[in-house]
Amino acid sequence: MSRQWILRRILLVIPAMLGISVLLYTVLALAPGDPFSELAQNPAVPPEVAAALRAKFGLDDPVWVRYGHWFTSMMRGDWGFSFVSRMDVDTLILQRLPTTLIVIGAAQLMAILVALPVGVLAGIRPYSVFDQIANTLAFIGFSLPTFFTGLLLILVFSIQLDWLPFVYRADINATGWKFYWEHIRQSIMPVMVLGLFQGASLVRYVRSSVLDVVKLDYVITARSKGIGERKVVTKHVVRNALIPVVTLVMLQMPVVFGGAIVTEQIFRVPGIGSLLISAMLANDTPVVMAVTFVFSCLVVLCNLIADVLYAWLDPRISYR
Amino acid sequence: MNERELRRLIGAVKTGKLSRRGFVQRMMAVGLAAPMATQLLAYSGVAMAQSRAPYKPTKRGGGGLLKVLWWQGSTLLNPHFAVGTKDQDGSRWFYEPLANWDADGNLQPVLAASIPGREDGTLAADGKSVTWKLKQGVKWHDGKPFTADDVVFNWAYAKNPATAATTSGSYNDVVAEKVDDYTVKVSFSKPTPFWADAFVGPRGMIIPKHLFETFTGDKSRDAPTNLKPVGTGPYMFKDFKPGDMVAGVINPNYHMPNRPYFDGFEMKGGGDAVSAARAVLQTGEFDFGWNMQVEDEILQRLEKGGKGRVIISQGGNIEHIQVNTTDPWTEVDGERSSLKTTHPTLSDPAVRQALSMLVDKVSVEKFIYGRTGTATANFVNNPEKFRSKDTTFEFNVDKASDILEKAGWKKGADGIRAKDGKKLKFVYQTSINQPRQKTQAIVKQACQKAGIDIEVKAVTASVYFSSDVANPDTYTKFYTDLQMYTTTMTQPDPEVFMLQFTSAEAATKANKWQGRNITRWRNKEYDDIFKAAQVEVDPVKRAAMFIKLNDMVIKDVVVIPVVARPTVTAVSNQMVVNLSGWDNNTSDIHNWYKEG
Repeated sequence: MSRQWILRRILLVIPAMLGISVLLYTVLALAPGDPFSELAQNPAVPPEVAAALRAKFGLDDPVWVRYGHWFTSMMRGDWGFSFVSRMDVDTLILQRLPTTLIVIGAAQLMAILVALPVGVLAGIRPYSVFDQIANTLAFIGFSLPTFFTGLLLILVFSIQLDWLPFVYRADINATGWKFYWEHIRQSIMPVMVLGLFQGASLVRYVRSSVLDVVKLDYVITARSKGIGERKVVTKHVVRNALIPVVTLVMLQMPVVFGGAIVTEQIFRVPGIGSLLISAMLANDTPVVMAVTFVFSCLVVLCNLIADVLYAWLDPRISYR
Repeated sequence: MNERELRRLIGAVKTGKLSRRGFVQRMMAVGLAAPMATQLLAYSGVAMAQSRAPYKPTKRGGGGLLKVLWWQGSTLLNPHFAVGTKDQDGSRWFYEPLANWDADGNLQPVLAASIPGREDGTLAADGKSVTWKLKQGVKWHDGKPFTADDVVFNWAYAKNPATAATTSGSYNDVVAEKVDDYTVKVSFSKPTPFWADAFVGPRGMIIPKHLFETFTGDKSRDAPTNLKPVGTGPYMFKDFKPGDMVAGVINPNYHMPNRPYFDGFEMKGGGDAVSAARAVLQTGEFDFGWNMQVEDEILQRLEKGGKGRVIISQGGNIEHIQVNTTDPWTEVDGERSSLKTTHPTLSDPAVRQALSMLVDKVSVEKFIYGRTGTATANFVNNPEKFRSKDTTFEFNVDKASDILEKAGWKKGADGIRAKDGKKLKFVYQTSINQPRQKTQAIVKQACQKAGIDIEVKAVTASVYFSSDVANPDTYTKFYTDLQMYTTTMTQPDPEVFMLQFTSAEAATKANKWQGRNITRWRNKEYDDIFKAAQVEVDPVKRAAMFIKLNDMVIKDVVVIPVVARPTVTAVSNQMVVNLSGWDNNTSDIHNWYKEG
């Protein structure tokens, strides 16, 4: 892997992003709906108001002109102006981003913490009782969609047991440890839903890649040298087995963001996912455009990182 | 009800023979909104009732945090930009109008010292001006005094077309001028019986001049105060995340004694209606839940949790079926449902009459909406007490068949009635929404029995309610025979509402289907009465005219009202709230408190 290759790979991202933005913009422009249709339905609002607003926000221009505007201002670092909230889109996104990152980060962390030990244990003792149970649970875990597990958890922990709140509040009116406690309490369910969903599929990956590695000659060699089982597993098996898993985790990041949209809606987590949904319902094109663009940037970026990481972790793989 | 009868009723109120409430209810039964009725009384020299809401707390604050849930959160906090009620509700915590509408349609002073009336001359006898006395000693949250300059500024701000204020409809045709620091005179170009619109209610919230002065017209969107409101209201701004959260803290210098009760509030947005109902009624996580568009069956089950209750308040929403008077299946000059055509079968009054009898409103109420939709014969909302007395509706398949039979519509071999080779086959469209599809099924079934074939069609709401000129499925195009949706009477003055049946307003290709008359019903008599009502000086005569107009629309079956859809709110058991269907949900927040 050369520096040149990385550079070429990064340069290739530019046309991809451009293509994505054109595609997104066209689809949004073709989609039915009008951000000011609610005004048009209201007899108390004169029709001139909606017309003036449309003109003000440039909605009457042809699609390519609007795209040109969007593109040039994007180049200048201006993300646009929300029709619905009348504020800059970047402030709107930045307001929401920390919550999403905390929830997704915690979920991903939990997924890894659960999946690693379970996957490794299942992998070194395949077809044992533990492996069977882990496998079954993993299948159930990634077959159940997040909206279902979310509702299930609400039903059990909020309504039946009354232990946890199911409405996420970003502003907690408390200080000190109580502040953190409240935050943890309300995050438990969304993080569980997302984390277990992720963890379930991760367990399968970890298991199969451990399974591949344990049978290799060098592991047998290590064992025959008299190295303890624990050391063989941690130093020799896991280390090599995790190479493909690391890239898989990277590649899965966009999926996590996608799953977060649904989870955020269920628990009313004020993240960018719920922002995207409300913006779509309100036909707030600049916000939808910006959020989907951020998501697609993440996908492209994660792919790039996965490629680079893979080559770096496993020198046998070479890109030319 | 004619003019003479109206005058007799007003006289009865004056002499005390008829209660104000009785009068208002009678007016509503014939199609006038409660605020309109009370304005009639004010004109006739009967003062507005100053019924104070009982308020028990004896000191300001101490009520803790008030947590309310709006499943569609406020997206902006400048009341002049408010797109829907969610934005008005969010702004109302901080900003206040001169007066509020209460549940009975009476005005309650907020920033006004008193309600204008004929007795003290603040309401001009010629109907061309009204003088508002402002409360003295009111301060904005930043300590600056509230004066007449602020009020006049709001008029200029909203009126400016470059501001594109959604409230402009209330300010375009009036002139506001400062008389002294605490008096504002609002003049009208013509006698205006409905005088309490500018500076009153949802579109009347006042923003401070000193913070918005430099941001009017084109610059209005750059005002930092758009996102950090500074008002006169009971709560001061703390935090705002569009669509998610509005938070505020108690205003220690609020202008009403012992108010507000809560130390702060949090208005959470997002999610869906059912889980919002759960959070208030079942788990008690929240104290108040907005607009519970949830099946009554579910609400009743949740109420059994014992943590909260449902409040139903009457407003102006009517779920109704529109009958197309033009032909949706023939294209003329590039548009269907063209004014140049008439509907081949629905133009027969007998068919429309029969249709109105085939809508089983009682079953729709009983099996679909429950408490959240009451069967109605009127196109405008009316309270339960008076519904059955003044207007009747009938569900009678036999009678409908009879009417059709007499008019010459005979059943064919396929069981569908026809006359001169024209079959009674209709396409009936609405938006995708479970109760609506159930209603369609009920109507379809009854029609089938009477020999009318109905094809139901459901369109995604975002398409159906859009103003997309290129899409044939929008409700304004009305390219089907029948369609159903909920209309809202957003303004208490019927003039705006009744405009939707005038010929000039017909939605056509020429006006990009922006016209308000979607049924394209045209009636010269109606147009003439409407025109006369617009310039009528005498408010009583004018009211009688509107009552007549409402009658014409119902008698001719231009629309078939199905159910009145009141506002459904969930509140926790301890909360004491007064809700008004004529004003914002939060219009009375200064009086909200918790008991025990």
